[in-house]
Amino acid sequence: MDSIAMTRQMLDGDKMIVNMGPSHPTTHGTLRIVLELQGETITKATPEMGYLHRGVEKLGENLSYQQFIPLTDRLNYCSAIMNNVGYACAVEKLLGIQVPKRAQQIRVLVSELARIADHLVCVGVNAVDIGAFTAFLYLFRQREIVYDLFEMAAGQRLHTSFTRIGGLFRDIPEGFVPLTERFLVECGESIDELEKLLTRNPIWHDRTKGIGAISAEDAVNWGYTGPCLRAAGVPQDLRKAQPYLGYETYDFDIPIGTTGDVFDRYLVRVEEMRQSLRIIRQVLDRLEPGPVMVDDPKVALPPKEKVYTRMESLIHHFKLIMHGMDMPVGEVYSATEAANGELGFYLVSDGGKNPYRIRVRPPCLPIFSSFEDQVKGGLIADAVAVLGAMNIIAGELDR
Amino acid sequence: MIIEHIDTQLPAAILDRHSFRGDQTIVVAKENLLTLVDLLHHEGFQLLVDITAVDWPEREGQRFDVVYHWLNLASQERLRMKVPVADGEAVPSLAGLFKTANWFEREVFDMFGIRFDGHPDLRRLLTWDDFQGHALRKDFPLDGGDVFCMEGCTAPYNNGERN
Repeated sequence: MDSIAMTRQMLDGDKMIVNMGPSHPTTHGTLRIVLELQGETITKATPEMGYLHRGVEKLGENLSYQQFIPLTDRLNYCSAIMNNVGYACAVEKLLGIQVPKRAQQIRVLVSELARIADHLVCVGVNAVDIGAFTAFLYLFRQREIVYDLFEMAAGQRLHTSFTRIGGLFRDIPEGFVPLTERFLVECGESIDELEKLLTRNPIWHDRTKGIGAISAEDAVNWGYTGPCLRAAGVPQDLRKAQPYLGYETYDFDIPIGTTGDVFDRYLVRVEEMRQSLRIIRQVLDRLEPGPVMVDDPKVALPPKEKVYTRMESLIHHFKLIMHGMDMPVGEVYSATEAANGELGFYLVSDGGKNPYRIRVRPPCLPIFSSFEDQVKGGLIADAVAVLGAMNIIAGELDR
Repeated sequence: MIIEHIDTQLPAAILDRHSFRGDQTIVVAKENLLTLVDLLHHEGFQLLVDITAVDWPEREGQRFDVVYHWLNLASQERLRMKVPVADGEAVPSLAGLFKTANWFEREVFDMFGIRFDGHPDLRRLLTWDDFQGHALRKDFPLDGGDVFCMEGCTAPYNNGERN
């Protein structure tokens, strides 16, 4: 970037250049937007990204399929478990295996918990950015509970690495289900409180209605997916449209908006949280005991006591660690509905231990690419509202 | 379904095809890309999900595959389209038809050094302008090489001087 800020300043004396970021409280991550202002109106917005680029895809080519899982935690770190699930589903599609029923149900359970946590952060932080601080505090109480549950299940609050290829790292512990039941009640109450604070709040309406409005055609053309696309009126949700992990057996609705503005995105996210609570309720009702890993020694590591006592298990363990899984040659694209939209993994396998190419399709990159279009001609204060409603997660954006 | 339709509308446009685990893949020449994309768009493949590339340095002639993923929102059909391209060759840009192609193509350019003809603003997206090389090429070192001590590059800040 040949110094946008300086040249523009020299060319247009009466315009003001404002650097938003790379370290600004409302960017929630490190990304920079160079705003060109005429008074308070934005005439140009140049997003610059890559501050959090770690070369995840390059690293993936040099790690085995199993070893890549911790890197997926760091994509969308607000809902790490959903990335784990999405990646595991992609590798399982490449292998052509099905995970056991209980593993599928637990994956759905933790995914929906993660979706709630992600939406809570997005809505809460969007409100803080616009000045409604109270809602944020009410919501973060629930987010802490979700992270407590993740800690119980995976041993980690944020970087969960909960899934393994072919199932889960371990079963959910005793006490997880009753705590989740309590969470269902309390979270429902918190969402009610949130709605009391915001949904009919005239200041919230003034700040969000009509801001960042987008038509359905434009949203599709920009590559929107997830809540932002649904807020524009397109009922596209992969959980319904291309069901995975048995989502077709759950009863839930897809909320859609009409105008695609910040207010509609807020409403869609709030309703999605309620629908996620419904799905969790159904998972808890049908959860049955059973294995959480596939019974395939070519994929799943054998239990430790067998490795110490049985020759065959020792060989399987050695083969899996040293040579990896037997991967077919081919390529797959697998997409799951993450909190921000379609999270896709494109895997190219040459039959080796490591993937030949691993591509992460982040949902927020196409959404963020429309940022200039969304804020141009608006006020600088609205740029903050639009950025918050897009829910840009820099870890996923830059990879 | 869409593949049969392409076969009738544009015979011989598809150079190769395969289906693996339910994913349909077609390989097309870059000369046919724009006509084919027009046809796809007309047939309801309006969501360009992703553009990326794969590097095959050992392959004779055409080193890269530019990979497009499409989704038909009405029928939920997916299609993968691969365009083989040699090192130094350019692929026609889709940024005029699909706004989402703009940044995806910039990323492919940044990571693989594949140019896109007709792209309005083909700059690096994830790495900085002075960055040497293209990180996702197979011959790029995993540790990134010696990127912080590059000789002879001029920084835009500090009056072009580095110290």
